[in-house]
Amino acid sequence: MDTLNIAGKSYHSRLLVGTGKYKDFAQTRAAIDASGAEIITVAIRRTNIGQNAGEPSLLEFLPPEEFTYLPNTAGCYSADDAVRTLRLARELLDGHKLVKLEVLGDPNTLYPNMLETIKAAETLVKDGFDVMVYCSDDPIIAKQLEELGCAAVMPLASLIGSGMGILNPWNLQIIIDNANIPVLVDAGVGTASDAAIAMELGCQGVLMNTAIAAARDPVLMAAAMKKAVEAGREAYLAGRMPKKLYSASPSSPTSGLIA
Amino acid sequence: MIHLTINGNPRQFEVESLTVGELVERLGLTGKRLAIERNGEIVPRGAFAEAVLNSHDKLEIVGAVGGG
Repeated sequence: MDTLNIAGKSYHSRLLVGTGKYKDFAQTRAAIDASGAEIITVAIRRTNIGQNAGEPSLLEFLPPEEFTYLPNTAGCYSADDAVRTLRLARELLDGHKLVKLEVLGDPNTLYPNMLETIKAAETLVKDGFDVMVYCSDDPIIAKQLEELGCAAVMPLASLIGSGMGILNPWNLQIIIDNANIPVLVDAGVGTASDAAIAMELGCQGVLMNTAIAAARDPVLMAAAMKKAVEAGREAYLAGRMPKKLYSASPSSPTSGLIA
Repeated sequence: MIHLTINGNPRQFEVESLTVGELVERLGLTGKRLAIERNGEIVPRGAFAEAVLNSHDKLEIVGAVGGG
């Protein structure tokens, strides 16, 4: 059985999805069902005090018993804020250890601040968290994150929410080739072919949110992404034919042609 | 009177003493899944009833929301 293994747990789906930017919780749920994702990211935010007390919550639509929650540190710009956020998440989710660390460096590009990210990762690993870490596509940084004990590295394909696809497949390839922990592409996927390319490169999984939520039909796009990730994985396992730029090879017999 | 800062906003409570558990009830958050930090330290859910608040405590009350 080909499974995604992270921090001692196996998953059938290699597509991880975010829960933000949907029209409503019903659409969130429908898209996540269509994606087949087992791991879903959530953000940790201040609770509304004194307003809309009876308002439905995300957790009612996506019960933590049904999914593996991956609380994130979106919006954190320092190691301290990220660590605080994930300690709150662990308390919120009854001791849950699997987390997505991201420490941002710039509000326009949402590019990660890797110095702060590494600092936070060290603290979190020591504190017993299983850290899946959003990172730049620098092969050296990715290796350092592995060596300090992260559960998975998640380099960006392109900027968060940009839908620009995989801009540097060569760096991703180096990261994958050198890694002994799962490498997942996180951020930048725009459409199904991007997800398939990531998987064909040998990624263990793909994490996306906007590519599904901002599609004209998010539920249909979620279904497309499920197939793309599966197709890309199977193509990777099957091993593609070598590219032969200057030597064409016909698929039909060269003999027996009519004269 | 107890003065607190809750999620960045000042709040006053006309009581002599207040526990975290009582505060949760007063805010109408009973039964909601949330996590609370007081002055930078997590207050475990199991300790809400015993955790007595002091005036000028800073509280963060958080929950899970949609995100990527």
